[in-house]
Amino acid sequence: MTTIVVQSPGLFTTVQDLGREGFGPMGVSPSGAADPISLRLGNRLVGNADGAAGLEVTLVGGTFLFPEGAVMALTGSDFDATLDNAPVGLWTAFEAKPGQTVRLGATRSGARCYLCVQGGIAVKPFLNSASTHILSGLGGLDGRPLRKGDVLKIGSAKAPFRKRTVAPEILRRLSPRKVLRATPGPQSDWFSESSLQAFYTRAYRVTEESDRMGLRLDGPRLPERSGGQMITEGVPLGAIQITSAGFPIILFVEQQTTGGYPKIANVISADLASLGQLRPRDEIRFEGVDWQTARSLLVEQEKLLSSPELNV
Amino acid sequence: MPPSAVHAVRFKRASDRSLLVYFGEQITLAAHEQVRKLLHLLALEPISGIRNFQPAYCSVLVKFDPLRLEHEELESAITLYLGRLESIKLPGSRHVEIPVCYGGEYGPDLDDVSALQTLTREKAIELHTATTYLVYFLGFVPGFAYLGDVPAALAISRLPTPRKTVPPGSVGIAGNQTAVYPFATPGGWRLIGRTPLAMFRPDRPDLSLLAIGDRVRFVPISPERFTILENA
Repeated sequence: MTTIVVQSPGLFTTVQDLGREGFGPMGVSPSGAADPISLRLGNRLVGNADGAAGLEVTLVGGTFLFPEGAVMALTGSDFDATLDNAPVGLWTAFEAKPGQTVRLGATRSGARCYLCVQGGIAVKPFLNSASTHILSGLGGLDGRPLRKGDVLKIGSAKAPFRKRTVAPEILRRLSPRKVLRATPGPQSDWFSESSLQAFYTRAYRVTEESDRMGLRLDGPRLPERSGGQMITEGVPLGAIQITSAGFPIILFVEQQTTGGYPKIANVISADLASLGQLRPRDEIRFEGVDWQTARSLLVEQEKLLSSPELNV
Repeated sequence: MPPSAVHAVRFKRASDRSLLVYFGEQITLAAHEQVRKLLHLLALEPISGIRNFQPAYCSVLVKFDPLRLEHEELESAITLYLGRLESIKLPGSRHVEIPVCYGGEYGPDLDDVSALQTLTREKAIELHTATTYLVYFLGFVPGFAYLGDVPAALAISRLPTPRKTVPPGSVGIAGNQTAVYPFATPGGWRLIGRTPLAMFRPDRPDLSLLAIGDRVRFVPISPERFTILENA
């Protein structure tokens, strides 16, 4: 059996795959990788299926020992990674020999880095997924972030090691955005013209209270127009709720499944992965787009992800 | 269901990968039944490309794969289903009893609730246990069932400041809704008691103790009984 020994877990490291969609009627939110594009590309670099489970490392990395060795790749943000003290690059497959250690430092760019191993991380699936959901303590490794001393099993690998990298030009086009495109929310007409204008023109800052459940933003206060009587309803990923205090919360991968705040807008599918790379204090803006644009941007993104020039 | 009720159905795009289906704008039994019937029909005859549902009081959020479906197509497909809801027979409701130890450390807000509503503690407990509640839907976190309706004499606003964490099994009231917190989560509902039952267990065939449409009664138990059931 091949394993990973967690010598130091880092700030907040969890097992994630592409989530468990389909259990909304039980109140189960999908969870999954905060930056699914990076997880998918990491998996491809090591010859896994897109949805294999990897490690999602947040802001400050950890130290991982590979007693039996493994083929792996790091994707997402640059955490100053080393393999036995020699720097290793992002977006490229590499091999750790038995007994070698991968060490991740603090981020130099966005919020998250993914460590994908050939064969994937093997944990007991919960509702068909390995993703950790912290609030309910379900999925992943015992429903919690990794701790020092944890031993993770690696699934059986199928493909031989191949030196693969992602084409830089494609990476550039897939890189995370700070201007998030958004479609109108189901209650966008509850907000005044001046609120809508402020929302789409002014900058917002990601606060420290942000996590995988939601990104809380600070910026211009947006009072809702009076008269609306909100009845709790289902809320999609990327929904931008305005709290009673007038500040936006973007619902994220471990979101509550229903909510009672009005939604002014919703981050488009093509920009959801960008949310996973936002750090506290990052400044963001919103750009309104129509439904057709949202769709074309997603189709274009998927085209890039299946492009032969991707090189993986 | 009179035809006018079907006309009250309204679609709203919630995101580029989801659609809200509203059955009116009020919390009613009729709306609840429409929600359940639509879920029932969509489970019997799934629409390819739909990935998830989130039912609520009088709406269903339908999440879909945007590379396989578009809003217009989905609206047309669901419209056909809506025309058939009238003929759907829902399965009978399950009845579930939930033992609750009221007050004290189990229900730290029971005294405040009684005082604010000018009730004795005993009357408050009696009101809470005398009602058969309907599970309108599950939301917020796994296994969290929105139960209604709490008798008017007991209906009370949320706490001004939510607790950072609520013990699992806590029974709370917010307005005319009541619920059991399945996990240690933040929560703003006023806590009147606690159940030793697990509301959501991944190792059980029915993961969630409650499902949409169930009928629920709360049964008062002593702290001694709580301890026995908790360790059972």
